[in-house]
Amino acid sequence: MRNGRLWPVHLVLAVGAAAMVMPFFWQVLTSLKTFTEATRTPPVWIPSFEWSNFATVLDETPFLQQFGNTVVMTAGRTLAQLLFCSLAAYAFARLRFPGRDVIFIALLSVLMVPGQLFLIPQYQIVQSLGWLNTLPGLIAPGMFSAFGTFMMRQFFMTLPAEVEEAARLDGANPLRVFWSVMLPLARPGLMALGVLTVLWSWNDLMWPLIVNTDPESMPLSAGLSALQGEHMTDYPVLMAGSLMASAPIVVLFVVMQRQLIEGIAFTGSK
Amino acid sequence: MSTVGRAAARAAARPATRRRLRDRDWVWGYAMIAPLVLGLGVFYLWPVVQSVYYSFTEWTLFGDATWIGLRNYAEVFTDPANARALRNTFVYGALSLLGIPLSIAVAALLGTRGLKLVSLYRTLYFLPVVTMPAAVAMIWTWLYNGDYGLVDYLLSLVGVQGTSWIANPSTALYALVAVGVWTQIGYNAVIFMAGLQAIPRHLYEAASIDGAGRVRQFFRVTLPLLSPSVFFVSVLSVINGLQMFDLVYLMLRRGNPAREDTQTVVSLFFTRAFEEGAKGYAAAMAVVLMAITLLLTVVQFRVQKRWVHYA
Repeated sequence: MRNGRLWPVHLVLAVGAAAMVMPFFWQVLTSLKTFTEATRTPPVWIPSFEWSNFATVLDETPFLQQFGNTVVMTAGRTLAQLLFCSLAAYAFARLRFPGRDVIFIALLSVLMVPGQLFLIPQYQIVQSLGWLNTLPGLIAPGMFSAFGTFMMRQFFMTLPAEVEEAARLDGANPLRVFWSVMLPLARPGLMALGVLTVLWSWNDLMWPLIVNTDPESMPLSAGLSALQGEHMTDYPVLMAGSLMASAPIVVLFVVMQRQLIEGIAFTGSK
Repeated sequence: MSTVGRAAARAAARPATRRRLRDRDWVWGYAMIAPLVLGLGVFYLWPVVQSVYYSFTEWTLFGDATWIGLRNYAEVFTDPANARALRNTFVYGALSLLGIPLSIAVAALLGTRGLKLVSLYRTLYFLPVVTMPAAVAMIWTWLYNGDYGLVDYLLSLVGVQGTSWIANPSTALYALVAVGVWTQIGYNAVIFMAGLQAIPRHLYEAASIDGAGRVRQFFRVTLPLLSPSVFFVSVLSVINGLQMFDLVYLMLRRGNPAREDTQTVVSLFFTRAFEEGAKGYAAAMAVVLMAITLLLTVVQFRVQKRWVHYA
């Protein structure tokens, strides 16, 4: 009875889901076609499994190097943000010091400003440090986040104060309390911030385009842009490249969906 | 010492200890925020000051800046390319609000009691959210292709004549909006699902006792109580719309006939600042964009009082 009444819901959701999935289905299908198959009308639905498209991406672009760059960039930004943001967030949430609230609000004002106001000076800093076309240049500005600090501060404020007070009265200093008492309790918050930062770093395009113009030092996002510039119309190769670049993170997030959803839901509830 | 004894001793020592702890907090507090304050200061706060200064200067090829007063701003306001980009950006921001009803529908349907396969649906709706924008842009460039694209093929099946969607100046902007909405639906649906879960069950029970059917319940109970989420998502959509870059940059490559007409403010900023090296001029564009963003956000917060209900 109940299942009988739910079929219209399933119908609508399935049609929507098909619209979500169809482009990816087409991407995978095209990546397995020859160029002639890809440009035939009506479309070829059973490809001849042209794996050489993937080999072309590996041969003609420094794909593995770019993959490594992306992993290092993502890991560097994420670990740094988790550390710096939670460290400062704990101090903002629990310690008392003069100017605390003023400093916090000044940092939050960064969230109100469009990114374009930072980009030119950020580029100059990276350039003057000699970090253009290097991994540190790719990582540096993304290591700090006002959003992450705000998010972690909100999280610390929801934790009970008793545990922490007991530890402090036993003589532990704030850093020790933060590291061994609060950080373990903050794991759900850290996970939520971590997945959001991973997603944002892996997919970031504008900053890499600005600082790392040498293909060897690019992450995958900018690498795809370069691949598209070279293989304008060779769609099977482009689809193979885009599939290889985006698949790792898609798989990761299908697995870690719960944490990502918690992170997004958190941003919605502030 | 017994546990009770220790707790009592602690309680007695508390006020004095607390004060002492607070004094020591000073140093620890500053030390713990220092790395972040330094990083945000160097890479974000000081750059804002610098950018504002740059907006009054002109740069030579060698990177020397000379003060030229308001000349950049005069040019920013008179260049027709900026007016066009601003119009496109507004159209993009406004049309990206169209995704909101779709996201609410998805969230509401996924919240149907007793529904199976919810996690499968959620995963599928989430695919566009987690896929790299560069990959999304390539996939849709191919789907929109005027000669061999799947979109035109599917349209031809129902007797509609397609076009080169992103190479045609009259369709390119809307084609990009469609991709933007497609990538946002899953993200927004998650926020709405959280909002829906926060609505107390008993309100629906009361409404159904009063004889309200499912549809009436949705419009009389769900939507009003969801309005804070709707407000948040619409602010986010407009800000994201104003920041539109990745899709424009990747789908409207050089040589695309629709490129000139379909630039957004941020893609034009990128061209001016990093492809043409007009950094002072680009800085002035960024300052104006900040003013517009702040203004729009203020307007949205003002208007919300008329339609957002906080429970």
